[in-house]
Amino acid sequence: MKKIKSAADLKNLQEELNARLDPNKPCIAICCGTGCLAHGTRHLVERFQQELADRQLTDKIGLRRTGCHGFCERGPMVVIHPQKIFYQRLKVDDVPEIIDKTILGDEIIDRLLYRDPVTKERIVHEHEVPFYKKQMRLVFGMNGMIEPTSIEDYLAIGGYGALAKVLAQADPQAVIDEISAAGLRGRGGGGFPTGRKWDATRKAAGSPKYVICNADEGDPGAYMDRSLLEGNPHSVLEGMIIGAYAIGSSHGYIYVRNEYPLAVENITLAIDKARQMGLLGENILGSGFDFDIVINRGGGAFVCGESSALFASIEGRAGEPRAKYVHATDKGLYDKPTCLNNVETWANVPLIINRGAQWYAGIGTEHSKGTKIFSLVGKINNTGLVEVPMGITLREIIYEIGEGIPKGRRFKAVQTGGPSGGCIPEALLDMPVDFDELTKLGTMMGSGGMIVMDERNCMVDVAKYFLKFLEEESCGKCTPCREGIYQMRKILDRITDGEGKLEDLDTLEWMGQAIKDGSLCALGGSAPNPVLTTLRYFRSEYEAHIVDKKCPAGVCKALITYGIDADKCTGCRACTRVCPTGAATGEKKEVHQIDQEKCIKCGACYEACKFDAITIA
Amino acid sequence: MQEKVAHIIGKYHSDKGFLVPILQDVQKEFNYLPKEALTAVGTQLQVPLSRIYEVATFYRAFSLTPRGKHQLSLCVGTACHVRGAPMIQDGIERVLDIRAGQTTADLEFTFETVNCLGACALGPILVVDGEYQGQVTLSKANKLLKKLGKKVATDEED
Repeated sequence: MKKIKSAADLKNLQEELNARLDPNKPCIAICCGTGCLAHGTRHLVERFQQELADRQLTDKIGLRRTGCHGFCERGPMVVIHPQKIFYQRLKVDDVPEIIDKTILGDEIIDRLLYRDPVTKERIVHEHEVPFYKKQMRLVFGMNGMIEPTSIEDYLAIGGYGALAKVLAQADPQAVIDEISAAGLRGRGGGGFPTGRKWDATRKAAGSPKYVICNADEGDPGAYMDRSLLEGNPHSVLEGMIIGAYAIGSSHGYIYVRNEYPLAVENITLAIDKARQMGLLGENILGSGFDFDIVINRGGGAFVCGESSALFASIEGRAGEPRAKYVHATDKGLYDKPTCLNNVETWANVPLIINRGAQWYAGIGTEHSKGTKIFSLVGKINNTGLVEVPMGITLREIIYEIGEGIPKGRRFKAVQTGGPSGGCIPEALLDMPVDFDELTKLGTMMGSGGMIVMDERNCMVDVAKYFLKFLEEESCGKCTPCREGIYQMRKILDRITDGEGKLEDLDTLEWMGQAIKDGSLCALGGSAPNPVLTTLRYFRSEYEAHIVDKKCPAGVCKALITYGIDADKCTGCRACTRVCPTGAATGEKKEVHQIDQEKCIKCGACYEACKFDAITIA
Repeated sequence: MQEKVAHIIGKYHSDKGFLVPILQDVQKEFNYLPKEALTAVGTQLQVPLSRIYEVATFYRAFSLTPRGKHQLSLCVGTACHVRGAPMIQDGIERVLDIRAGQTTADLEFTFETVNCLGACALGPILVVDGEYQGQVTLSKANKLLKKLGKKVATDEED
């Protein structure tokens, strides 16, 4: 690969690569995001390759292994170009038919199309599917157009053009002003103005300065950063190089979770290729600017997403945060000025440079600009990654994009902000997605996890889940977090065991406030949020556990009993076969029984019964 | 062992800052972090063993004891939790007679929980020897264990 030595060279190469793209050449774009790979997409790719080779079509029909398309619920999926036909939930044996009928015969295979659950109508094109219709896929949409392992693909769609523009202007401060004017705020959770962070790092005394990409996506239920790194790694790199130029840094790091092997692989490859082509390293595009990036893999500690803990981890130490009266922009990694931004934040940067701050600031609300990617998961019909303009309501996301709750059950809550966030009830679903509005509700934007819960989820159990998570992930350095979370969890244990007292709720509230006030870092500072928001919005559920000794959702083991509905039981013995303790018994074709003495409430019978005859009371 | 450790450290130009990735590679090589390997890392990197021990016990990814032949990782992220992961965890712990994070005495199985695998659409997810299994139920988990040679009752017709 030849080094690109100037902005003019880059432009020539982009044009040359773009000209090679034949818009009329048939191309099969297969989603190879993690969700689809887990669905078995690898076998589908192999079959496509083999069938194309058998028909000697490899040169005539393109096969593009793209990053995540977002609609994970419907994987494996392909988009057939140029018609943009969207096929979903594919099986390996569908492959020959797709090639023969759709690609060679121009015929649409009805059964592979998406069927609208409401209108029952078959939908041919991806953008017409309700899941995609309301989205605004500015950052994430490019995933479907490129192979993440190909720098040529990224260049062909104008990639690294924003970098060339910035280097040609030769005015770092103007870049910072542009990002500030766009109103970009940090996508990792806090929502700190990105331009201000860059400016502070640029003006700080000390050398070298560091630029870091935080890809330690630890929030359970959030996976958009992973999908960006896997699906479009060069957009993240381009953002970082631009940021480094603006700040005056020549050393970059990407701190990425080791649990994301494909992300590590793709970003490593992207860095190598960018370096070979002169987009990273010394004298980038002949501008005299030097910058290079090193990858550092995390060790699986949630707290390392926190800036000062992340620095400690990169320095090869245990990831313990420190007090923040000195900002990272002054003294961060190795005590040098450091600018740390999240993956999605970096990926927004080329977009702003290319299309201008004014355009970007036109999207969203007064203080939250642009789009945000959420992972819409849990009890929702359309699970997947969605990119929406700021200001959209939660209701639109859940009911129009997500198309509601499965199995006709009732919506109960949506949890945003991961373990630092809170649960929002139905009454507040018309609130807009906005950094400040969500904070007012007691939760936060967070990195973008959006977990939907229905009537079968117990809010006390969910609060306990997050506390348990944080108790394990607390680094143990400061007392309010280490001891406080543990004590709060003990109280919740008591409540879910049916041994709670009403005054426990007051204790939880004042302890929560004390932990928020007294903790050293944001992990402890926001740890009580799930408890405090569920107490605020779902207090009656806590009271049912304490006063009535009942778990209304049927989750908390100590407060429920399994029984058999004699009218529904057909005597099929399914429950007796799976019961691990012999509690479920009965003769064939006779109503079965559950021996409460032996029952360990494992739920096996409930899962096995096909007639809804197992009751939980 | 000394040479293997030296080779790994060489890849990182003996930079102490890469202690975490170095230990990850050491664990990949030996399946866990043997004491001798940690001592070797300490000597070669010139980092006190106490520091290495601190790091090795701080991060969730490291194990100081040998791991089993079969590796089961259950995702207990929020999306998997609300879809019933705790029940599956209880089930696997009961069948293997160990707690999450432990290895069976015969070194056949290691069972652990992970916070989020980032494939939430398929939850609950169980990774069996590197292979993702989506929408896992108690009965599916039992069948997977049975396939790996564990004696367990499944809902197949008797």
